[in-house]
Amino acid sequence: MNRMLMMPVLLPFATAILMLLFQRKIVLHRILGVLSTTLLGVTALILLHGVMREGTLALQIGGWDAPFGITFVADTLAAIMVAITAIIGFTTALYSIGTINTEREHYFYHPLMQLLLMGINGAFLTGDIFNLYVWFEVMLISSFVLLVLGSRPQQLEGAIKYVTLNLLSSAIFLAAVGILYGMTGTLNMADLAIRIPLLEHRELLTVVAVLFLITFGVKSAIFPLFFWLPASYHTPPIAISAMFAGLLTKVGVYAIIRFFTTIFTSTDATLVHQLLLWSGGFTMVVGVLGAVAQYDVRKLLSFHIVSQIGYMIFSIAIQSPLAIAAGLFYMLHNIVAKTNLFYMSGLMRRIGGSYDLRKIGGIYDSYPLFGLLFLVPALGLAGIPPLSGFWAKLLVIRSGLEAGEWWLVAIALGVSMLTLFSMIKIWNEGFWKQHPQSDYDFATSTYHHLGRLDKSMIITPIVLLGLVTAVFGLWFEPFFTMADHAAQELLDPANYIESVRGGTL
Amino acid sequence: MYSVILATASRYLLMLLLMFSVFLLFRGHNEPGGGFTGGLVAASAYALYFIANGLDAARSILRVDPLRIVVAGLFVAMLSTLPSLFMGKAFMSGIWVDTGIAFIGKIGTPLLFDIGVYLLVLGITLTIVFSLAEEDNR
Amino acid sequence: MTFLLAIIIGVLYAAGIYLLLRRSMVKVIFGLIFLGHAANLMIFTVGRLTKGSPAFVPEGASQVLEPFADPLPQALILTAIVIGFGVQAFTIVLFKRTYLTLGTEDLDNMTSTDQLPGGKS
Repeated sequence: MNRMLMMPVLLPFATAILMLLFQRKIVLHRILGVLSTTLLGVTALILLHGVMREGTLALQIGGWDAPFGITFVADTLAAIMVAITAIIGFTTALYSIGTINTEREHYFYHPLMQLLLMGINGAFLTGDIFNLYVWFEVMLISSFVLLVLGSRPQQLEGAIKYVTLNLLSSAIFLAAVGILYGMTGTLNMADLAIRIPLLEHRELLTVVAVLFLITFGVKSAIFPLFFWLPASYHTPPIAISAMFAGLLTKVGVYAIIRFFTTIFTSTDATLVHQLLLWSGGFTMVVGVLGAVAQYDVRKLLSFHIVSQIGYMIFSIAIQSPLAIAAGLFYMLHNIVAKTNLFYMSGLMRRIGGSYDLRKIGGIYDSYPLFGLLFLVPALGLAGIPPLSGFWAKLLVIRSGLEAGEWWLVAIALGVSMLTLFSMIKIWNEGFWKQHPQSDYDFATSTYHHLGRLDKSMIITPIVLLGLVTAVFGLWFEPFFTMADHAAQELLDPANYIESVRGGTL
Repeated sequence: MYSVILATASRYLLMLLLMFSVFLLFRGHNEPGGGFTGGLVAASAYALYFIANGLDAARSILRVDPLRIVVAGLFVAMLSTLPSLFMGKAFMSGIWVDTGIAFIGKIGTPLLFDIGVYLLVLGITLTIVFSLAEEDNR
Repeated sequence: MTFLLAIIIGVLYAAGIYLLLRRSMVKVIFGLIFLGHAANLMIFTVGRLTKGSPAFVPEGASQVLEPFADPLPQALILTAIVIGFGVQAFTIVLFKRTYLTLGTEDLDNMTSTDQLPGGKS
């Protein structure tokens, strides 16, 4: 069972190598991409099942015992994240077939996607902070290349901002890891959780915690550090944007959860948790206000990523079991809904001819079913019952009320209204109103000219993710139980520590 | 810029440096050296040849596209992790086989991994050098 | 020694941040490289500087002889240098490509992705 832990990393890696060995066989790349992400899904389910049944799993790489070697750990949180990564990876692999042009595919699009998945899975599964740094870099390098693939001027410009700020945050990460090692003499997360409360010299602890907060804050785009995201996420092709939007920032959120529950508990770094709380509030407001002004669908959605991150950060900062569970469930719901909306924006451009809401319209008239497909993730994101966003927001608000954070709860509710407003804006402008060119013929759209296979490759992911959103909403309890279980484990890391220390083969 | 002295010397230096890089690769497990250092030395050998004789000459003496070397390196490195999976040991455990031959001694998966690193570093460095050089020529 | 290294790290950080705040792309690259070096030196310094032998068990002995140098910070730095090498190479190529495509290396001219479409600059 424990050997399964390597699979989410090894599988995309092996697939990428296989693709690169057959460099020119693009069709093979596509098939392998879908196949590997399907297998990843199966692996993730086995892993999740194993974790639910046997508790936290650990694998000592190379047989070197913790805390000396590198440990791979899967607790409920990590297993859930790997599973959701597999879902997004699978739908993106399908969507890429329909949308990515052959030139980009020849420039290693599919292998890079696999390497990105490998980096993300590695970051979720590792139990060692320096190893986490390495996986972040794997993820970043593949995302850099994906971002500039095709090198249109806009992409290059967006990439400069993305690359510079992410490299800066990596340098800060490295420094923080170094200082923490100097203080505790260990890099293993479980070992850190034991040693930090026992430290004698605690002066630097807050400094290190804030350094980590800045690092992961940049990666997850929280309030004062989010500027690179709306400047770059709308520039690459939509399949890449969707993948980034769904998963990359959430890896940062995952790291924040991991670090500020297991390693730095709220008694160790009170300041950081206060910072997180308010930063969460500001992130919500600033993100949504940025979105309201936008007319480019992708930019509007990019600002919404920021705003939604705020909810997660807010609930993580409260630190009660309910709040953490709420944050986790929110993250799951958001990954699915947000990726789906990005897919949808790609479809809207193919039908209406532009990403600019002022230049499109009337999609509902010609394709009523797509209107429905849009409404599922859009209303889900805004939090209309019975879709998943309703439960996610309900939980966040409730945990906020329990903690007595009245102001932030009020902000969260207001932001929720504005989110709904943005979604209705996309609906009104894109689907409801007449197309601004009164003689626009939908039969001339790029979508209309696509082959049947390409069409189904674009529609299937949207339908699949829409179903997931609906299932999260209608059949809410098992998912919440899982999130709750993960939250319990995070706040009481005894089980985690036990597994890492005793975990051999 | 073309220099006869450098061009002549680089032909011999290429061989010498490549041999030195392999030497570094094999002594790397217990002594200073290893796949990374070896790969860098090998890459610098080709880079020197490129500086002396130009891009086309360097490409033709390398014979393969540097990206293929990267792929080969990744492949070899991945192969080195597989025996541990099938022998029921922890993932990426080093597995050694004693050949019994005095001069060679023990060989094992860490060596295979090091060879992978060697190829990877060689390939990546050359990809970077060549692509930067190509843009200059445009 | 520690004192000297601390000063060097401080200077590197200061220079790195100063360069990062410049408008020229080349200086930004140098800034990023300096910050990487500063972080590496920092790991080296805070991992305790010990004058000692490598942490190898000598032949015939059963444990490492004191004093030995902690090998872990060096391993971390080596990894970080390798990663930094790759990332910096990519950054240089990216910046060069951007310069050739956009025809400017002034970061203040690169604001088009931040603007509202149709809005005035």
